[in-house]
Amino acid sequence: MISLTSPVETRAHGWPAGAKLAALCAATVVLFATKALLWHGVFLALTLGLYALPGALFLRTGIVRLRPLWIFAAVILLWHLVTADLRAGLVIVMRMMTAVALANLVTMTTRLSDMMGVVRWLLTPFRAFGLRTDLVELAMALVIRFTPVLADKGRMLALAWRARAVRRLGWRIITPFAVLAIDDAEHVADALRARGGL
Amino acid sequence: MERSLTLIALFAALIAALGLIPKFTLGFGVPITAQTLGVMLCGTVLGARRGGLAVLLFIALVALGLPLLAGGRGGLGVFATPSTGFLIGWPVGAFVCGLIMERSRRLPVAWAAGIASVLGGIVVIYVFGIAGLMRALDKSALESLGLVTAFIPGDLIKAVLAGLITAGLARARPASLLSRG
Repeated sequence: MISLTSPVETRAHGWPAGAKLAALCAATVVLFATKALLWHGVFLALTLGLYALPGALFLRTGIVRLRPLWIFAAVILLWHLVTADLRAGLVIVMRMMTAVALANLVTMTTRLSDMMGVVRWLLTPFRAFGLRTDLVELAMALVIRFTPVLADKGRMLALAWRARAVRRLGWRIITPFAVLAIDDAEHVADALRARGGL
Repeated sequence: MERSLTLIALFAALIAALGLIPKFTLGFGVPITAQTLGVMLCGTVLGARRGGLAVLLFIALVALGLPLLAGGRGGLGVFATPSTGFLIGWPVGAFVCGLIMERSRRLPVAWAAGIASVLGGIVVIYVFGIAGLMRALDKSALESLGLVTAFIPGDLIKAVLAGLITAGLARARPASLLSRG
C-alpha cells in the first residue's frame, strides 16, 4: 500500500512522531489566533522555507499536494473582491495554505508505523474502559490489506460490465461490489474463528 | 465478535475502494464520487455502532497518512482544509443513518435506508461541514450553505441509490444486514 510519506529521507523522519503532532497542534492554534496580514505572509514564507530545506524534489511534491486548495482560494478571493475587503480574504487564504502545508509536512516526514505508534499510545488509557486496542490494530491492518483487494475486484466488475453492456458504468455495480465486501468479511471472520478466534 | 470486526474493516475498505474504482456516471452524465455513498451504506447495512466505527476507522487511516480519499488524497493536511468538517461529520452521519435504520423496522428496507441516508448522510454531514466552513473561512452559516448548495442534488440522488442498494443487499445477503438483525 502506497502511503503519502515522502520518498526523500529528511532529518525530520527521525524525530518522534508525537512531538511533530504536538508542534503541529500548537502551530495551528497560533495560525487561527493571528489576524495580521503581515504575520501570515511571514508564516507562509517560513513554511515554504521548511519545504525547500530537503531539496527541490521535496518542495515540488509539497506544492503539488497543495493544488486541491486552489478552488477554495479562488472562491474566497472573488468573494472578498466583491465585498471590497481583499485584506481579510488574503489572510484567510494564506492561513489555509499554511495550515494545510504544515499538516502535510508532518505526514510527509512520518512513517505509517510511527503514526500507528502514536495511535497505540493515545488509545492506551481507554484500555481501562475495556477497549481492546489489539483489535483496533487488527482492524487497521485488515483495511490496509483489503483495500487493494477490493479495488481489484471492483475493476474486474467494471470490466465485466463494459464487456456486456452498451451503456456506461452505472450505479448498479455498487450492489455486487458491496456483496463481494460482505462475503470477504464473512470468510475472514471464519478464518479468524478457525485460528482460535479473538 | 469476529464478524463484527471483519465487517467493520471490510466496509472501511469498501469506502476506500469506492474512491479507487473508475468514476461512474448517472443517467444524465453527471460523474459522482461514490465515497459518501459508501458512508451511507456503512450506516444502513451495519447499523449505528458498527457503521459509525467503520467510518471512524477509515477516517483514522486517512489521518495516519494513507491516500484513501477519492483522488488519492489523505494525510493530516486534509484535516486542515476548509472542507474538513464534512469528513469529520462522516462517522456521525453513518451512526445516525444506522440509528434511524434500526428504529424504523416497520418500513420497507429501501424506504428506511433512503430516509436514513437523507437525515444521517446529508443533514448531519452538512451541519458538520458548514460548521467547518464557517470556522475556516470566517463566513456566516447561510453564506457557507450557499457555497455548498451545488452538491445537494447529487447527494439526494446518492441517498436514493443508498436505499435501493441496501434493499438489494437485504435480498442478496439478508444475514449480513446487521442494522435489521
